[in-house]
Amino acid sequence: MNGELPSLLPILPELILAIGALALLMLGVFQGDKSYNQITNLSVVVLILAAFVMISYVGGDRQETFGGMFVTDAFAVFTKTLVFTGAAVVLLISGTYMKDNNIARFEYPVLVLLATLGMLVMISAGNLMSLYVGLELQSLSLYVLAAMNRDRIRSTEAGLKYFVLGALSSGMLLYGISLIYGFAGTTDFTYLADSLRTGTDAHVGVIIGMVFLMAGLAFKVSAVPFHMWTPDVYEGSPTPVTAFFAAAPKVAALALFVRVMVTAFPGLVVEWQQVIIFISIASMLVGAFIAIVQTNIKRLLAYSSIGHIGYALVGLAAGTQEGIEALLIYIAIYLTMTLGTFAAVLTMRRNESMVEKITDLAGLSRNNLPMALAIAIFMFSLAGIPLLAGFWGKWFVFLAAVQAGLWPLALIGLLSSVVSAYYYLRIVKIMFFDEPAQGFDGGHGKSISVVIGVAALINSPVSYFLLIMPLVAAAGWAARSLIF
Amino acid sequence: MFFLENHLLSFMMIMPLIGAGIILLIHHQDKEIEKRNIRSVALFATIVTFIMSLVLWAGFDGSTADFQFVEQYNWVGEDIKYYVGVDGISVLFVVLTAFLMPIVILSSWESIENRVAEYMIAFLVLETLMIGVFTALDIFLFYVFFEGGLIPMYLLIGIWGGVNRVYASFKFFLYTLLGSVLMLVAVLYMYIETGTTDIPALMTQHFDPNVQNWLWLAFFASFAVKMPMWPVHTWLPDAHVQAPTGGSVILAGVLLKMGGYGFLRFSLPMFPEATVHFAWLVFALSVVAIIYTSLVALVQEDIKKLIAYSSVAHMGFVTIGIFLVNTNGVEGAIFTMLSHGIVSGALFLCVGVIYDRLHTREISRYGGLATNMKIYAVLFVLFSMASVGLPGTSGFIGEFLVLNGAYTYNSWIAFGAASGVILGAAYMLYLVRRLIYGELDKDDVKAMPDLSLREKLIFAPLVAVVLWMGIYPNSFLEPIHTSVSSLIETHFSSPAADHAESGMADAVE
Repeated sequence: MNGELPSLLPILPELILAIGALALLMLGVFQGDKSYNQITNLSVVVLILAAFVMISYVGGDRQETFGGMFVTDAFAVFTKTLVFTGAAVVLLISGTYMKDNNIARFEYPVLVLLATLGMLVMISAGNLMSLYVGLELQSLSLYVLAAMNRDRIRSTEAGLKYFVLGALSSGMLLYGISLIYGFAGTTDFTYLADSLRTGTDAHVGVIIGMVFLMAGLAFKVSAVPFHMWTPDVYEGSPTPVTAFFAAAPKVAALALFVRVMVTAFPGLVVEWQQVIIFISIASMLVGAFIAIVQTNIKRLLAYSSIGHIGYALVGLAAGTQEGIEALLIYIAIYLTMTLGTFAAVLTMRRNESMVEKITDLAGLSRNNLPMALAIAIFMFSLAGIPLLAGFWGKWFVFLAAVQAGLWPLALIGLLSSVVSAYYYLRIVKIMFFDEPAQGFDGGHGKSISVVIGVAALINSPVSYFLLIMPLVAAAGWAARSLIF
Repeated sequence: MFFLENHLLSFMMIMPLIGAGIILLIHHQDKEIEKRNIRSVALFATIVTFIMSLVLWAGFDGSTADFQFVEQYNWVGEDIKYYVGVDGISVLFVVLTAFLMPIVILSSWESIENRVAEYMIAFLVLETLMIGVFTALDIFLFYVFFEGGLIPMYLLIGIWGGVNRVYASFKFFLYTLLGSVLMLVAVLYMYIETGTTDIPALMTQHFDPNVQNWLWLAFFASFAVKMPMWPVHTWLPDAHVQAPTGGSVILAGVLLKMGGYGFLRFSLPMFPEATVHFAWLVFALSVVAIIYTSLVALVQEDIKKLIAYSSVAHMGFVTIGIFLVNTNGVEGAIFTMLSHGIVSGALFLCVGVIYDRLHTREISRYGGLATNMKIYAVLFVLFSMASVGLPGTSGFIGEFLVLNGAYTYNSWIAFGAASGVILGAAYMLYLVRRLIYGELDKDDVKAMPDLSLREKLIFAPLVAVVLWMGIYPNSFLEPIHTSVSSLIETHFSSPAADHAESGMADAVE
């Protein structure tokens, strides 16, 4: 490094986010909780500014800085755009809920910004060290967010559970990293890839290290068998925080997963492919079968997200560029479905307090038809029925899997999607076929309605005509930038 | 007009959607006027679509097996296209769909009082998807339409259905979804192997016989459920019984035909060896279906269930006809599907008429309708006879052709199928006796008025078509003929099918 300052251009969006978060923290400290609205709005501005800078100044060309610790390329731009979208949308829809529950504290938007910063670093990691730093920054912020509603036992329990299990997974991750470093002699992705490619057989220590690393990452994306925390944390956390969990960190952790596997261990593809296939199948099956018995909508969505991570990992399991492309298409569509669904869950208020039972949706189509239609679109889309965007995601991941010759994976995935269709249908059934319950309170704010409307539009058959071509093109552009 | 003709199929698909869009915008202070406007818009949209389908039929050139009215645009990447067109096999299904829709809308004029707008929108969307299924020439597009139709049908059964509607709608949805995901796997494989999703191009591909067997089974899973074939037919009686009248009509009239159409469009031309290889399985299942479900129909206490089981039996004829792969068999199968679409649709409408008056489908609650509902009795007997296959009605031609084709192939199959004709006569006549004849001793039945003008209007075109098909079937067989011959030719021109031909060579001559 010769004592010179490394090039800061590639990391400019992250710097904006970091400085913005700290500045807003100062502002909050001086003004107290009454500044919640102001700080939330400013946070959204910071996110938009950082995203704008990333797209227009950093661009999609591959750039490295900090000695290869930090890498940015088209893949990073694509996934970071999703993370920015997730974070900004979550901040926009949180307001009413946070105020209703007296947790409208200024720390909330700041923590969201810091978590987002961690995610951006994860996505751009070019070294196991920056991977770990980004991951921990994200995780620590998320632990606090989960326990945000500190007066409620469920929320503190969620935070504690998340923290303890998260710390365990971080331990595994670190152990894996140290094994890899010990046996391969480097933590840099490019050097790792070279050393593993040239050597005849990778040392078994590296493989064990890699498996530990994968276990840690599987925890972060909540893939089976490291999914145990997900339903409890989803249920216990304040709903906007759950929405955040389901959207942004999932995208970031999946992106990181892809980057590590593809750029650091391309020579070991045969070894990691088996592991991915296993966790993908297990996640799809657990997501499909255990969700059936859930009665709480947030728990149901937790299992649903486990299942969807399984589908997305099918793309990674293919281990090809088409597979990565499919994975990117999948998570982009999943992001819109999940944000729309959680925005809809946030409108489930009755007598000034939130209701979370699935049966609370009974007869919603009579009380509020547009809302019921929007939720129905999300449910059919999550189930992957044609005419709705979710089918595209399934089509591309399974296409990639079959192209890679992974027949059983595609078949199991499709069969489990039939099982999961059952519980999505059940929600539609409750909304449309059952006798109406008492209607929900209005007054959830305009931004929630807008988010639901836009997400429903994206997932509606409109996607067949307008959206899917640009998305495929963008995902292709992003996937090509990863070195295979 | 030139523009219209070039995009006729797209217009036929867009028209119902335009209707649905207008319905969304209808608001009126007076709820009754609002409902009337909604119904009128739906009726108008479907009638315009029907007129376009007549233009399609009139402009269709029956002397060639090529696809006509073709439109093709790139869609996703280079391979997947928006590609539609019709040949002799599909053209009449499109007409059938467009023909039944205005009738369905009229039939629900008074029986649907709740959520009229949503009901009409569901039907209009369904019409678009059904026309899409029969015209799609891209296998991906076909799949999207084929499975997308589940959503409106699920809502139709679930919202406006009978007491057990939730169970029936779930069963319908999950059964058919399970069938179609297996087809999706096959579609994925074919796309990857050949690099195209173009149906005409796929027809000229030759897959390895071993692969063909798997692909055939995957497609079979989907179409057999849709048809439905025994033993995966159990969703059908439930769905039929619970669905509102309009839903039953569309289910029996069009949706069941998608399975048969799929066999003709995919299984026969694309997997000829596998078709020969598995023909025995289809024949066995079909004969069992014909005999077993006819016997089951005989003991039904619920009118709709009886007709639903009779549908399964009729579809047995269709599958036999298709897999005979000879001219009489295939043409008979297509004819039977068209005829069954009209006749079973008409029978479900008949059930709807008396259900609207008495709100029960139990056969024993009726009796002696010939005394107080004379026109109704005439119509019911006519459609029953058509269902049984009385000469002069549409039902006869199809069954005759299939039996004829079956006999040249194997007399045992013909024997099995023919016994179904006898059983069919038994359960239909038994039903007619219990509903129409006998003592008129129940007070509430006595009070039932005969058909209203609207109801007569619904049945008139159906009667006309049933008789027309029975008396001059050639107007329906002619457009089919060239395409069927070409289908059979390509089937037998496949190299490996030669050795399996021994038994069939005579049939083709």
